[in-house]
Amino acid sequence: MKTPSINTAKTASGIPALLKTACVNALIALVLFSLMVGVRTEAGSDGQLTYWTRFGDVASLVAAVFGGSIVLELLKQWIGPTGAEKLVPPAVQSGMSFLGRYLAPALLIFTLLVPVIFYDQRYILDLAILVLTYVMLGWGLNVVVGLAGLLDLGYVAFYAVGAYSYALLATNFGWSFWICLPLAGVLAAFWGVLLGFPVLRLRGDYLAIVTLAFGEIIRLVIINWQDLTGGPNGVSSIPRPSFFGIPLDNSDNGLAARLGIEYSPTHRIVFLFYLILALALLTNWVTIRLRRLPIGRAWEALREDEVACRALGINTTTTKLTAFATGAMFGGFAGAFFATRQGFISPESFTFQESALVLAIVVLGGMGSQLGVALSALAMIGGFELFRSLESYRMLVFGMAMVLIMIWRPRGLIGHRAPTVYLTKAHAISSDLVKEGHG
Amino acid sequence: MSRDQILEVDRLTMRFGGIVAVQDLSFAAERNKITALIGPNGAGKTTVFNCITGFYKPSGGAIRLSHDDGKVIALERLNDFRIAKQAKVARTFQNIRLFPGMTALENLMVAQHNALMRASGFTLLGLIGAPVYRGAEKRAIDLATDWLKRVNLLDRADDAAGNFAYGDQRRLEIARAMCTEPALLCLDEPAAGLNARESAALSELLLSIRNELGTSILLIEHDMSVVMEISDHIVVMDHGVKISEGSPREVRDDPKVIAAYLGTDEEEAVAVMESGS
Repeated sequence: MKTPSINTAKTASGIPALLKTACVNALIALVLFSLMVGVRTEAGSDGQLTYWTRFGDVASLVAAVFGGSIVLELLKQWIGPTGAEKLVPPAVQSGMSFLGRYLAPALLIFTLLVPVIFYDQRYILDLAILVLTYVMLGWGLNVVVGLAGLLDLGYVAFYAVGAYSYALLATNFGWSFWICLPLAGVLAAFWGVLLGFPVLRLRGDYLAIVTLAFGEIIRLVIINWQDLTGGPNGVSSIPRPSFFGIPLDNSDNGLAARLGIEYSPTHRIVFLFYLILALALLTNWVTIRLRRLPIGRAWEALREDEVACRALGINTTTTKLTAFATGAMFGGFAGAFFATRQGFISPESFTFQESALVLAIVVLGGMGSQLGVALSALAMIGGFELFRSLESYRMLVFGMAMVLIMIWRPRGLIGHRAPTVYLTKAHAISSDLVKEGHG
Repeated sequence: MSRDQILEVDRLTMRFGGIVAVQDLSFAAERNKITALIGPNGAGKTTVFNCITGFYKPSGGAIRLSHDDGKVIALERLNDFRIAKQAKVARTFQNIRLFPGMTALENLMVAQHNALMRASGFTLLGLIGAPVYRGAEKRAIDLATDWLKRVNLLDRADDAAGNFAYGDQRRLEIARAMCTEPALLCLDEPAAGLNARESAALSELLLSIRNELGTSILLIEHDMSVVMEISDHIVVMDHGVKISEGSPREVRDDPKVIAAYLGTDEEEAVAVMESGS
């Protein structure tokens, strides 16, 4: 029992320190709540300002903060210093790595069987499609953020470019989904390169801000370029995807009629499910391949140390641009799928909140980890639906879950890195050695 | 520029605002030789290195590199990564810059990026798993394995570079620079922080690089045992200018050099030397 002695020496605890912390917290609470809660203003019947005070409520809130901080401090001293090792015992760690080996194949098999198991449950199928869309977006952003270490807060821009590319090409020219899909990817990649050029010299926070602005610019252009995009009204009656030219409807030459089975609207949902699954798996496969190629290693090296990359003769400009373009391309594919699934798109679907959600999925999953991103997309999107019954408290539960995960595993669900090449045996690299990148 | 010179620095000047870090510095490094750049702290050695390897654009002067085939490249006009890629100049850093989250083998694979990019058809051939790329990757792994063997780190090939001991990281960084197959290897204080035995091993490694591979080496070093043992030619700098040049023996006996290191003026240094001998 040596920890308590170290602990008391470190925090210099005792009743005065405890009271001091509690008083400071109470004071902050007083300043905050005196205006937010203490004075209530409202427009009166004639439009004049009426207000009344609620100092009793403020007093109880401040008292709660005071008491709460004493309890928290005591709890801290009782638990002792928080350390990563203490929170996650090694036995659990090794158990998780064992689980990790069989988790991915098991998840894949389960995913393949989802339409069979839940054929009659439209709600679950729709949710699964939504989760898979975010898995794909997460995997796409993972190339930029997780591998190349470039913090991109405007990823939704490429999602929007892909969605509008498909919607406009399909409604204006009547091109089929299978022609528009690669085009949407190419156009999104083009915009990725276009964004990449001006931000190449920026790092960290500055890069994040410019990418955030880029996402907003794309959305505002879509809203204001009414002739092309329809502005806030969006694009409607976007053609549904066909099974390689055979429509999935109850017409005479539809797929159901040709196969001689009874038509059901679920056919289309199942088709969409397998379509997004195939697209997501393509993203995954390409990313895994790219990681083992020189370009992928250069991305990771760029995340680790940009100066060393330049000293080794790596063109950091093209390396960053390819990362942006690859990530954007997958975003564009996902966007095209989104447009064909919804049948209607409007700028409202491409707000900053989407970017933030996808980034949260990547960060929570563990930057660079494909399985981690898939798991966190499932947890974030699926979990969010799970808490639907809690109504307005759902965000609260969700926020708490995120905070807990970040305390428990600060580098994401799967933080360690698997080497791309090995001589004798691939050892996982601990997350505290792997850099997050600096922009 | 004569044939047996690999690098010629001609009246190099580097200013940072009002501070002149390097002034009118001229020296040459010979092919297949080890040239050392020494001087007290703040003499401007690392600035010279950064100019040669393109991390700084010199304020004035010329840096010329000549390859075996007689091609002369003006380094002051190239961007940093092109100096490594086209002029074949590799460098290490004073504060080690490995990729800590990647294994030793991966570090050496990243160093062969440009050759592998060509072999992978700029990713397209690699993506479809073309045999051309597989062969190239295998050769790259062989080269990396060879270098891991040379720096005595073969058994740690699959460990993260960030987990290596300091001396091992230094050697791995040299191996990584050598994997770019450079014509000129620039080492910034490779012996800093090494113990006597590790320094001796480093000297041996550098001599073997010069003798077996014929790579020219330019090094900055404070460890005089290493400098005096392996250098063919020494350039001494102080306050941004060259104060002496010559063989290790000549430099060792130069009163100007001793004065610079002792921080005294020249007469005093001569007096100290005479009383000592």
